[in-house]
Amino acid sequence: MSITVRIPTVLRSATGGAATISATGSTIGEILAQLASDHPGVQPQLFNEDGTLHKFLNVYVNDDDVRYLGGLQAPVADGDEVTLLPAVAGGFA
Amino acid sequence: MLTLTSEQRDAMVAHCIRNLPNEGCGLLVGSDDGVISQVVPSANVADSARVYEIEPKVLLRTFRAADDSGEVVAGCFHSHTHSDAYPSPTDIAQAPDPSWHYVLVSLRVTPPVLRSYRIVDGDVTEETVTIR
Repeated sequence: MSITVRIPTVLRSATGGAATISATGSTIGEILAQLASDHPGVQPQLFNEDGTLHKFLNVYVNDDDVRYLGGLQAPVADGDEVTLLPAVAGGFA
Repeated sequence: MLTLTSEQRDAMVAHCIRNLPNEGCGLLVGSDDGVISQVVPSANVADSARVYEIEPKVLLRTFRAADDSGEVVAGCFHSHTHSDAYPSPTDIAQAPDPSWHYVLVSLRVTPPVLRSYRIVDGDVTEETVTIR
């Protein structure tokens, strides 16, 4: 079981410059936990302190946003591509 | 420095006006040195006059297309409907990428004012916008 994870530019300093990383697991939660375990610098960008997915990170399995697929429980399968992109958000409040 | 065509500048302002009363937003695609090739308008999924968030699907599609064409997502734009064209504390705190150009369109005044900023580790620096 191998999943390709695409790392956004702003997280590459924490992954030794790697733009893609291979991971194994059956859910998004397992994939991201492995990523954080292998590259501790990304942990605070992926997860809130309570272990939930960081609000300002978009996570996609192939073309789909995981928030519509069950969040950290979203299933992944061999050959899937997971993309991480920081949310582009801001404003007055 | 950010380099735009007058059509790109007008497209950003027009998109922000269309989104009133909410904030309007979108992405900028171009080269590493800030020459913009494409303005990509997005829905504001925050659906708010005070905050914005780029539609996640637009974000994914734009990053992939830029990768495929050898370009980069060079920045983003959004409007301030009732305040000046300067990044708010939230904009600064949430700025994801120090290499990006952050364009603000203020609709507080007529005609609207467009300015561009770099935001690095919380430090905001205005940059020149050149219309080519």
